[in-house]
Amino acid sequence: MIRIANGQGFWGDWLEAPVRLIEQGPIDYLVLDYLAEVTMSILQKQKEADPKLGYARDFPPLLARIEKLMRERNVKVIANAGGVNPIACAREVRRIAPSLKVAVVLGDDVFGRLDEFIAQGREMRNMDTGEPLITVRSRILSANAYIGAFPLAEALETGADVVIAGRCTDTALALGPMIQRFGWKADDWNKLAAGTIAGHIVECGSQCTGGNCQADWQHIPDLANIGYPIIEAEPDGKFAITKHPGTGGRISLDSVKEQLLYELGDPKNYITPDCVADFTSIRLKSESPDRVRVSGIQGTARPDLLKLSISYADGYRAIGTLVYSAPEALKKASAADSIVRARLRQLGLSFDEIYTEFFGVNACHGPVAVPNPDPPEVQLRIGVRGPDRKAVDRFTRELVPLVLSGPPTGTGFGEGRPPVREVVAFWPALIARDLIQTRVEVVE
Amino acid sequence: MKVALHRIAHARSGDKGDTCNIGIIAYHERHYAILVREVTPERVKTFFGSFVKGAVERFELPNLGALNFLLHQALGGGGTLSLRTDAQGKTMGAALLRMEIDAQESEITN
Repeated sequence: MIRIANGQGFWGDWLEAPVRLIEQGPIDYLVLDYLAEVTMSILQKQKEADPKLGYARDFPPLLARIEKLMRERNVKVIANAGGVNPIACAREVRRIAPSLKVAVVLGDDVFGRLDEFIAQGREMRNMDTGEPLITVRSRILSANAYIGAFPLAEALETGADVVIAGRCTDTALALGPMIQRFGWKADDWNKLAAGTIAGHIVECGSQCTGGNCQADWQHIPDLANIGYPIIEAEPDGKFAITKHPGTGGRISLDSVKEQLLYELGDPKNYITPDCVADFTSIRLKSESPDRVRVSGIQGTARPDLLKLSISYADGYRAIGTLVYSAPEALKKASAADSIVRARLRQLGLSFDEIYTEFFGVNACHGPVAVPNPDPPEVQLRIGVRGPDRKAVDRFTRELVPLVLSGPPTGTGFGEGRPPVREVVAFWPALIARDLIQTRVEVVE
Repeated sequence: MKVALHRIAHARSGDKGDTCNIGIIAYHERHYAILVREVTPERVKTFFGSFVKGAVERFELPNLGALNFLLHQALGGGGTLSLRTDAQGKTMGAALLRMEIDAQESEITN
């Protein structure tokens, strides 16, 4: 049996979580997920400004912090912290945590190969709209293929203490060590599917141990000290989800089921680069408090195509707010919204979208929100989006004047004009798997 | 009689681009059949009204006593395009739990 813990569900997750996982009990592998789709474009821009950047900058200092414990307790770390520059990330780890052996997985970054693909007649059509990639070619910011767990297993085979990848799937981080330690083969579909589903359960960190849990949330203990999840994996593909004793949160059938359903598509066809997992084959059993056993998982053959995560610049946006108080807070906020829209029209400014929410009334649930006839205050929240930066910038100057020239009780403008932000859009596409060759390098 | 879905089920929701997924999970396995009967994709689409521009798909997971819904064109463009507070659909599951379904008291309490 091996213990694989997840200490980071996204870049920005609790900094103490990975440290506590290694301090508070036995684990063999610590896996950390840093990459959301938007992250890749940010990292690409950082790399263009400075070729030594382009990776998750929180990662090397974490390793410096846990370096000694990793060696004492023989814990290996696997992370997709490499972003668009895994080698630079590895060099920084080597610089500040020099006793650790570091291997990187390369080959997912296809930003420099897109024209080669296009010249070969590969259209990389948008999976949602059907348009070919050429329509946004000049605005592309980053392009990566989602790679699977086998390259991570290959990197562990070098004896590395730390494996750094770029855009691997979130689930691969946990599956990689199972493949390496248990010797699973590329066509062990049921076992690969089991490891993939184990990875899915833990990929959002504490979201399977009582965090963001709807069921009985009022009574889930000590979320301030929530324990992050640990997979106890067996060579036959069975596994348990647990956490260190004495930590907060709760692992139950309810918490695990909620996470299984998170960001799920067709449950019979959960497609990864390693296999296709069937979520309708999962059997759950509550073994003891904070421990759920998982078995029965079936999988089928991996796809011939890999998914590409491509980001591109798609104009500008800004969101501005003003607060109105009771009485008639909603009527006032609504009147202010009409005034802003009228002034934008008079200026001849047009946008792809102007979107208004009344925060405290309908922001989260829209038309489904339960009416509140006289809320004590309402925040008017107007967002605009469009291709013209100047128009978006002008919008940001149209809210504050309403404090003196609109309905009464306008306030809450202390933050001043809202910032104009670039919009990064995503282009999901597919590419033939044989075009993506990964390789492993040990970084000295 | 009419009862709110949250009496028999919990939920989690999230995003994939402009598609919102909502998992609805029965607290007790015996209530799964009520979910299958009552929480149809048509009713979910009607419930959310103008919030969901595209189709609603439903998938069944009897092994978990759960249904998975995909609500297409439901997040105002999704990702960084969306101007919504809840661009990731994190609160959509909680919204759906307020939907009223038809069930006999005996079905729910037994």
